[in-house]
Amino acid sequence: MSSVHQPVPEPTLVFRQTHLSRLPVQLNVLLFASYAEALGAPSIALTLGEGASVADVLAAIRALAPGRGLPPALVAVNQEYASPEHLVAQGDEVAIIPPVAGG
Amino acid sequence: MTHVAIVEQAINVPALQARVAGPDMGAVSLFVGAVRDTNGGRAVSGIAYSAYGAMAIRELEAIAAEVELEFHGARVAVEHRVGELTIGEASVAVAVAHAHRAMAIDGCRQVIEELKRRVPIWKCEHYLDGTREWVHAGTGAAARVGTP
Repeated sequence: MSSVHQPVPEPTLVFRQTHLSRLPVQLNVLLFASYAEALGAPSIALTLGEGASVADVLAAIRALAPGRGLPPALVAVNQEYASPEHLVAQGDEVAIIPPVAGG
Repeated sequence: MTHVAIVEQAINVPALQARVAGPDMGAVSLFVGAVRDTNGGRAVSGIAYSAYGAMAIRELEAIAAEVELEFHGARVAVEHRVGELTIGEASVAVAVAHAHRAMAIDGCRQVIEELKRRVPIWKCEHYLDGTREWVHAGTGAAARVGTP
């Protein structure tokens, strides 16, 4: 109803930013070759905690297909190879890169 | 002109050569990789290639730029095919032109070696006995790329 009082907005932008940074990181991880086959999909939605790294992404993906003998893999973030400690962020294009075999 | 592509149809090798040739290019070195009928003693019936297309293009562009810088004056064209290939079909072709043969040959070698090491392309080998297997050729080399 029109007589209901709205709550007072949050007083500062700083507070909102802090709050947002604690939201989990939601990713749509691209899968290829043996990984796509083992997980039965070309990509998979993943939700990780704040401060998640490339190593965390890979561990979470590998945990979805235990005992499948998946080969070690690298991870690309925004189409570039990323180091294990690189932090992932919402909106990143993240892909699992199994050992390549072009040629 | 520098040219890189991931293609789904047969690679046109003469067209690739024509892309790098020119009046100032005294040499064109060509490498063509083809599907072989055996691997590790097993009879191969065909290979299914797949790629992370957008990143594969980026890596190929980076490799071409590196080779054109290192072998000053070189011009690079490279195409890799994806999809189901049969024995003898070309999976990859590299053409490198330079004023002189040594640079063309060495540049061509570097393009294919770097492609095999770091471009996100995969192959699933199909064998005559009906089985199939993902080939993990780039394990060690690719791991080094990811460890700056």
